[in-house]
Amino acid sequence: MEIQDIIKPENLVYSKSKLQVDVISHYCPGCSHGVVHKIVSEVIDELGIQEKTIGVSPVGCAVFAYNLIDIDWQEAAHGRAPAVATGIARTNPDKIVFTYQGDGDLASIGAAEILHACNRGENLVVIFINNGIYGMTGGQMAPTTLVGQVTSTTPMGRTVELNGYPLKITELIAQLPGVHYCTRQSVHTAATVRRCKNAIRKAFQNVMDKKGTSFVEVTSTCNSGWKMTPVQANDWMVEHMFTEYPQGELKDNDKKG
Amino acid sequence: MGELRLMKGNEVLAEAAVRCGCDGYFGYPITPQSEVMETLMELRPWETTGMVVLQAESEVASINMVYGAAATGKRAMTSSSSPGVSLMQEGISYIAGAELPCLIVNVQRGGPGLGTIQPSQADYFQTTKGGGHGDYRLITLAPASVQEMHDFVELAFDLAFKYRNPAMILTDGALGQMMEKVELADQKPRWTREEILARSGSWATTGKTPDRQRNVVTSLELDSEKMEQNNIRLQAKYQQIEENEVRYEEILCDDAEYLMVAFGTSSRVCQKALEVLREQGVKVGLLRPITLWPFPSKVIGEMARKVKGILVVEMSAGQMVEDVKLAVFDACCCVPVAYTGRMGGILPSPGEVVEAFEQKLLKR
Repeated sequence: MEIQDIIKPENLVYSKSKLQVDVISHYCPGCSHGVVHKIVSEVIDELGIQEKTIGVSPVGCAVFAYNLIDIDWQEAAHGRAPAVATGIARTNPDKIVFTYQGDGDLASIGAAEILHACNRGENLVVIFINNGIYGMTGGQMAPTTLVGQVTSTTPMGRTVELNGYPLKITELIAQLPGVHYCTRQSVHTAATVRRCKNAIRKAFQNVMDKKGTSFVEVTSTCNSGWKMTPVQANDWMVEHMFTEYPQGELKDNDKKG
Repeated sequence: MGELRLMKGNEVLAEAAVRCGCDGYFGYPITPQSEVMETLMELRPWETTGMVVLQAESEVASINMVYGAAATGKRAMTSSSSPGVSLMQEGISYIAGAELPCLIVNVQRGGPGLGTIQPSQADYFQTTKGGGHGDYRLITLAPASVQEMHDFVELAFDLAFKYRNPAMILTDGALGQMMEKVELADQKPRWTREEILARSGSWATTGKTPDRQRNVVTSLELDSEKMEQNNIRLQAKYQQIEENEVRYEEILCDDAEYLMVAFGTSSRVCQKALEVLREQGVKVGLLRPITLWPFPSKVIGEMARKVKGILVVEMSAGQMVEDVKLAVFDACCCVPVAYTGRMGGILPSPGEVVEAFEQKLLKR
């Protein structure tokens, strides 16, 4: 059998989502962002909501998300994505609105905006990439940096005396009555990618069904910022991050009796 | 004739917003403008026109909600007072950079800092010279009556959408709190989806359809060559606004030998001072800038060639007076330009203005 006999549409088992734009990704090899972008593209495509979806990109590594996923986008100021998304969703209730934010953006400078948007139960998907570091600005300490973790602004490791504790903002978010669904996922293995995609699909479906805020943390790696190889970074995340940030569902109002 | 009512300036801002078909108001309480959101909540426009009214967690959030709504082609607005508007400067800079049309109202109070809740005009620099970072301009309308508080809401939206630029109504606590007779406009419908697509479909995030590329609203461009081009495009737009949109009122300027320049509440005080001086036989006129940016520099320069002296009256330490001096300088004129005013929430009295006029220009 010749290879030309195999490459046929009827034999296709997997292809890149048509929402993923054909450009060179600016993400570092090994970074979790690329996988999460792939999942978001596939979910929007599979749910058939490209024409209804408006994304809000953050300040941070995902600032250029609008170059990578083929939907309408708004670029927000640092931390303000939940307020921007509120403005979109309130005046356009027919639209599916999501924010895509990192830990510096969501848990530090934008802590007020995310808490209040979630507390109002805004009909939004929030994708929260938690890699415990400021990637874009060169690896500084984030609110979610672990105690002892070395960053460019904690060169001797984060100490509680100077910097306080890692902020478990996802646990805080899960407490808010306006939040319908809150989960913590990762994308470092084929199995976790599948689970994360199910969670993100559920989050978008919830917003289509107008159930309020759906919040998906993706505990992520930043091998460049962590100064590790991609494989080392995955192992380090499992060993250290997962202890501080336990994986799995924090809240699902659909499962309430 | 439209419906006549006796209303507060702040209440009128709310009425005018609903009646002109505004899509969304996002605000945070602050004295002396809280009646704007309170009035909207009582009017319940979401039940009639479908207008959204939402109390935000901060002014930082409210201006970003305006960003989000405006970037979908909707007519969105916020209002605040000086300390709150300071918090909005980040968002205003992003809105200007992303070229989003919207309305921001500043019902000024005395500063700096927490200052006072009494009226002031000390945010003139902040509004007309930047406030936030980068080279940008706000179309700035300065009402001098409750009627103009009404009329300028729709005018501001029209100008904002004409140029894809944020517009500000710069008013103060006196105009916000005082009651005057006002003629209200008839109710207009909000724009339909088709109207929004026709007007703003080329840039607004209305949802990507197969017939067009995706629309991205952003102020970011890391390539300096391209970012300079973005700035050049903005500056060209600002020049167009300066050529087309200057608005001012001239009162008894035809035979004037002296000129007073004042905007908003100060111009109302000057009208009384002008009457007193005219009764004394002094031929003085009043030029009232209605747009603070674009500033009526040309007409002030022309007037400067005809008069013996100019008095600028402000409720600040003297901010607009710098633009008047620049206008006089640009007209190659060396007529004296004097300033008088009060600060910290105090209005100058007509008597004080007359006295300053006599001392500084008549050298009595």
